[in-house]
Amino acid sequence: MKGHNFSLARLVAILRKEFIQMRRDRMTFAMMVLFPVLQLVIFGFAINTDPKHLPTALLDRDNSAISRSLIRSLEVSNYLDIRYLPKSEQEAERLMAAGKINFIIQIPENLAADIGANRPAQVLIVAEATDPSAASGVLAFIEPIINTGIRRELSGALSFAASQPSLIQVVVHRRYNPAGITSYNIVPGLLGIILSMTMTLMTAVALTRETERGTMENLLAMPARPLEVMSGKILPYVLVGYVQTIVVMIAARSVFDIPMNGSILLFFIVTTLYIFVNLTIGFVFSTIARSQMQAMQMTFFLLLPQILLSGFMFPFRGMPGWAQIIGEALPATHYIRLMRGIMLKGAEASDLWADIWPLGLMVLLVSALALQRYRRTLD
Amino acid sequence: MVNLSSSPQDRDTQSLVPQNLAINVTGLTKIFGTKTVVDQFDLSVPKGAIYGFLGPNGSGKTTTIRMVCGLLVPNAGHGTCLGYDVRTQSADIRQRVGYMTQKFSLWEDLTIGENLDFVARMFQVKNRTQKVAETLNELGLSERSSQLAGTLSGGWKQRLALSACMIHKPALLLLDEPTAGVDPKARREFWQTIHQLSDQGVTTLVSTHYMDEAIQCDFISYIAYGKKLIDGPSDKIAEMVGLFTWRITGSGLKQAQKHLENARGVEQVARFGTALHVSGRDQEALAQSVKQFCQGTDLSYEQRTSGLEEAFIHLMSGAEDNFQ
Repeated sequence: MKGHNFSLARLVAILRKEFIQMRRDRMTFAMMVLFPVLQLVIFGFAINTDPKHLPTALLDRDNSAISRSLIRSLEVSNYLDIRYLPKSEQEAERLMAAGKINFIIQIPENLAADIGANRPAQVLIVAEATDPSAASGVLAFIEPIINTGIRRELSGALSFAASQPSLIQVVVHRRYNPAGITSYNIVPGLLGIILSMTMTLMTAVALTRETERGTMENLLAMPARPLEVMSGKILPYVLVGYVQTIVVMIAARSVFDIPMNGSILLFFIVTTLYIFVNLTIGFVFSTIARSQMQAMQMTFFLLLPQILLSGFMFPFRGMPGWAQIIGEALPATHYIRLMRGIMLKGAEASDLWADIWPLGLMVLLVSALALQRYRRTLD
Repeated sequence: MVNLSSSPQDRDTQSLVPQNLAINVTGLTKIFGTKTVVDQFDLSVPKGAIYGFLGPNGSGKTTTIRMVCGLLVPNAGHGTCLGYDVRTQSADIRQRVGYMTQKFSLWEDLTIGENLDFVARMFQVKNRTQKVAETLNELGLSERSSQLAGTLSGGWKQRLALSACMIHKPALLLLDEPTAGVDPKARREFWQTIHQLSDQGVTTLVSTHYMDEAIQCDFISYIAYGKKLIDGPSDKIAEMVGLFTWRITGSGLKQAQKHLENARGVEQVARFGTALHVSGRDQEALAQSVKQFCQGTDLSYEQRTSGLEEAFIHLMSGAEDNFQ
């Protein structure tokens, strides 16, 4: 019966073996160390749900001492950066559709006059509300900021107004997502995350699977060019990507009631670009990884920033500069902006060019890297 | 080290002018890390010849074959395979070479038919459907063509792999231990096929562990620890080694083996069935030792020509001395 009992010696033997294997698999080890570091950095520093310095367009129709002091008080608050001074409402709306601004502040021409005459005064603020959390901080604080700022300016003949509890009323228009529904923001972004994960994973294991099963040697002994192998491995999954897209779209429409305000053709063109970026990234991974396990780890390593730094989960403009730079380099960031632009804002290709070309450039660069890395020998 | 420039025996052969060499490489060297796996390897294989690669495990046979077909880039050395440069024209070589890997490397999750079809497509075989059907027929696997390759037994996998690597009618076959795990009948059929192809002018470079297969080759090259120890026509190998052998039969072989192992002039003693083969290079000392021991016992003894077996055992022991 001795052999049937639990043996500490055998356990130690197995532990030893596992530790040896773990030590030899440096990639896994590196991942295990880097994962928590990455998470800490992202959660600890990059995520800020109370974003400041949000780009804003200003339409000052009043152009009075009071309107100028209002603007100054906004700038001092650090919540808004006034970057554009559009001439018309249409121009301001275009800036918003292209994702260049989060807010439009419109000061009516009779603001100073209304205050002087002790009439109710109003300022309009249009918020880009596709991501409700990005706008909520500003919308909560803007009225007290404005009123406190203006009160200091009121002197002399206007000092009577300073005692009014709410001098200027801020009228808020939530554009694109008037009810502030979170799923409007999440669902189009989710498509980007789902595609990123599955597409990258599929091709990441493509070559490592051949290597692990010993079939790579046979494949290499055949007269196949790298581009043939890469295309052959990638193209089947483009179809898989379309199927996923259609499933998500049907769900978005029927379950979440997400509108499709833009062009379906444009939607599929940018989705195709995005699918290709992810598939080629996966192919690059599979030329680096030695096993399928490593390929999977690399995929998840990329997925984490794609979720957290792309503006999918947290407001992009709430992140510090360095995190935004990393975010700009991630395909999901551009794709999620494009999806929100097309589906919710009905934006056109000309509005979205700033996010289309980076995806195209990524396809080219990553493909070139994949082809360059693909080894035609067993060396 | 012996390099031979004679033509293969028993066969219409051409003289060894370079254009009639299927493989002609010199100084081939491969280093992995700090380990020199193949060291200054020269190889000349005449067109249509069957060239046997022998050597212990890890001696560099597979690495050499991979360098010849362009799967590994040599650290040093140069030469041609089928007239194409092994360093720069590996794409041309791949198209014309049939390479059978040591480990089964077809796709286990494809069926037998799908595997053959895939290989045929990759090599752009003409009349593909017909060719695949023929191959399945020759294999006797027509009825099982929709069976997954992974479910085949070891021997059948080997046969499938061999057929697959010949489907594009390559001019050169590189076979890395093709008969490992194959039953004797299938092995005999395999060698019949190789001889037929050889008659049609197909060159074969085959690595093996089996002595009976080595004898089937026109040329033999013996490798140990990345170096070529001998290279020549298979029937001349023993002579090239310069080995003399005595055969002892009778009762009391065990004791004889013990005694003779340390006798003067005896370099190796090996048991062959009911006989003892005692070999050495010093003809006189060997004869004296054998006669001295056997006289006055029941043992009978006779001199015989050394065979490949003795030659290889000898080479192996020498290899250990030299490189370990």
